[in-house]
Amino acid sequence: MNGWLAAPILIPFFVAALALLGRRQPSLQSAATLLGAALHLAAGVWLLCGVQGSGIQVLHVAGWPAPFGIALVADPLSALMVLVTGVVYAAVAVYSRADIHTDDIARGYYPLLNILVGGISGAFLTGDLFNLYVWFEVMLMASFALLVMGRTRAQLDGGVKYVVINLIATLLFLTGLGLIFGMTGTLNMAHLHVKLRMASDPGVVAAVAVLFLTAFGIKAGLFPLFFWLPASYHTPPVAVSAIFSGLLTKVGVYALIRTFTLIFPFEDNGLRTLVLAAAAATMIVGVLGAATHSHVRRILSFHIVSQVGYMVLGLGLFTPLALAGAVFYLIHHIIVKANLFLISGLMQRTGGAFELSRVGGMYRRHGWLALLFFIPAFSLAGFPPLSGFWAKMILIRASLEAGQFALAGVAAVVGLLTVYSMTKIWNEAFWKPQPETGGTSDAASVPLSGWMVAPVAVMAGLTVFIGLAPEPLVQLARSAADVLLEPAAYVYTVIGEMR
Amino acid sequence: MEAVLAILTGAMVAGSVYLMLSRNLIRFIFGLVLASNAVNLLIFAAGRLETARPPLIPEDASRLTAPVANSLPQALILTAIVIGFALLAFIFILFSKTYAKLGTVDTEAMTDAEPPSEKDALTQGKQR
Repeated sequence: MNGWLAAPILIPFFVAALALLGRRQPSLQSAATLLGAALHLAAGVWLLCGVQGSGIQVLHVAGWPAPFGIALVADPLSALMVLVTGVVYAAVAVYSRADIHTDDIARGYYPLLNILVGGISGAFLTGDLFNLYVWFEVMLMASFALLVMGRTRAQLDGGVKYVVINLIATLLFLTGLGLIFGMTGTLNMAHLHVKLRMASDPGVVAAVAVLFLTAFGIKAGLFPLFFWLPASYHTPPVAVSAIFSGLLTKVGVYALIRTFTLIFPFEDNGLRTLVLAAAAATMIVGVLGAATHSHVRRILSFHIVSQVGYMVLGLGLFTPLALAGAVFYLIHHIIVKANLFLISGLMQRTGGAFELSRVGGMYRRHGWLALLFFIPAFSLAGFPPLSGFWAKMILIRASLEAGQFALAGVAAVVGLLTVYSMTKIWNEAFWKPQPETGGTSDAASVPLSGWMVAPVAVMAGLTVFIGLAPEPLVQLARSAADVLLEPAAYVYTVIGEMR
Repeated sequence: MEAVLAILTGAMVAGSVYLMLSRNLIRFIFGLVLASNAVNLLIFAAGRLETARPPLIPEDASRLTAPVANSLPQALILTAIVIGFALLAFIFILFSKTYAKLGTVDTEAMTDAEPPSEKDALTQGKQR
């Protein structure tokens, strides 16, 4: 099956090429993207089954054995991430049919979307650090273009900040790469795991670790490096902001998890304390930032920051339960967050604005929309029996078991403050009567497209499903955490006995 | 040779940080160009330097005889240069479009995505 490991990367790129060829046929582009998303999703399911059935899978690209060639590696974490990428990809592909304006399609929306997904899948699957850099660049390039595609003032303004800070992160990553390569002569992650244990210069290793922490911290939106995120995520079309919010920062979190389990496994040193402190500050600052805003997508953007704190908390605790919690949180969050952004688009369609003061009365007009909002919103806040409850419970329990009572307290309080923001959106958009000023008066008569409602409903269903039957995902997260904490099997599968 | 490169790289990074801390986007671009070239030099130096020893296998041998220049960092740098060039081209266009639309290159004056307060945002929106 190993040759097929590249399928989740190849499918989106193939579709992107197809969409470029059919530049003048939007329906062809859209159909190809839908088909690609379905295939990508199938490949993700199949990959996860393969990894669960017969262990970690490796593809030595072009037949060059690691560490000389580039290796694609699928361990349970990678496979899970690829699968959930497929879910968001499919949801956004369907949603885009009704959401994306023909002008944006003419400017190349579909090719860019597919390239973005290809880059994300590549970042999840690669086992080589330099290759990870390349996938980051592919992803960034596509995301830059998607972000400023509409060329509105707000998009250009947000885009400048997003581009600038992400380029600096990339340079920091590249600097770390250069130093680590000079020190060990390899860039294969599994090989680095072995080589760095024998490294003679702990000072340089620590410097590189901090460079990676900063670079991936910027991409993940970790405190105090997150300011680019709420500056830009509310400006592009809804479908774009959904895929950004679901997947882009999570690639940063994934890179953090991969780096600090496989390459520089955390020890009880200052770095771990730093990560835990950053995680706590990220949770608090994110949720407080959200509390001060009244624009739906800006509130949601700040909540991405806050939620990233939980995942990094799981990484920083570095126990089997905490890492499993982080993985569970990642999966739960990607589905819920992307869905909330998609719903914000529905709210904008029916209410005429993203600004809470200008909308209202949606409960009366579209009661089912209130239900669709309620599920992911209160899952985000951690209400039982939704998926966020289990995610938060695992992490809080892991903090308590690790004796980090203050962190457990922060995690619980931040959950409570999340409820505040979600209730604010609920009260303003759904319960309050439609204000006289602002909004479109004929909003009530705007029918919502089935293309937009269907993915929202399916993802809400997934959230409820994970909430009611969390056991399979918990088991998967646990097996992912086991591989992360005991990388011997991973290393052996990639580079064999060669030490 | 390493010492010269180290000093050069340090000077370039110092200059680039100074430029990038500016609010002016034009200065930022120059800073970015300097920084990306500094990183390329760093990768080059980190791969160990050899003068006039190409990594070629002599005709009468079947493998490389050390020490020779390390070709891998050069391949990495080449990749980084190509990617960096594409990003630079994009960022130039982005900044020029931004200047055309917003009429400023001062990042402090760019408040369209994050207006100072919601009330201002509403009034600004009406003015346009």
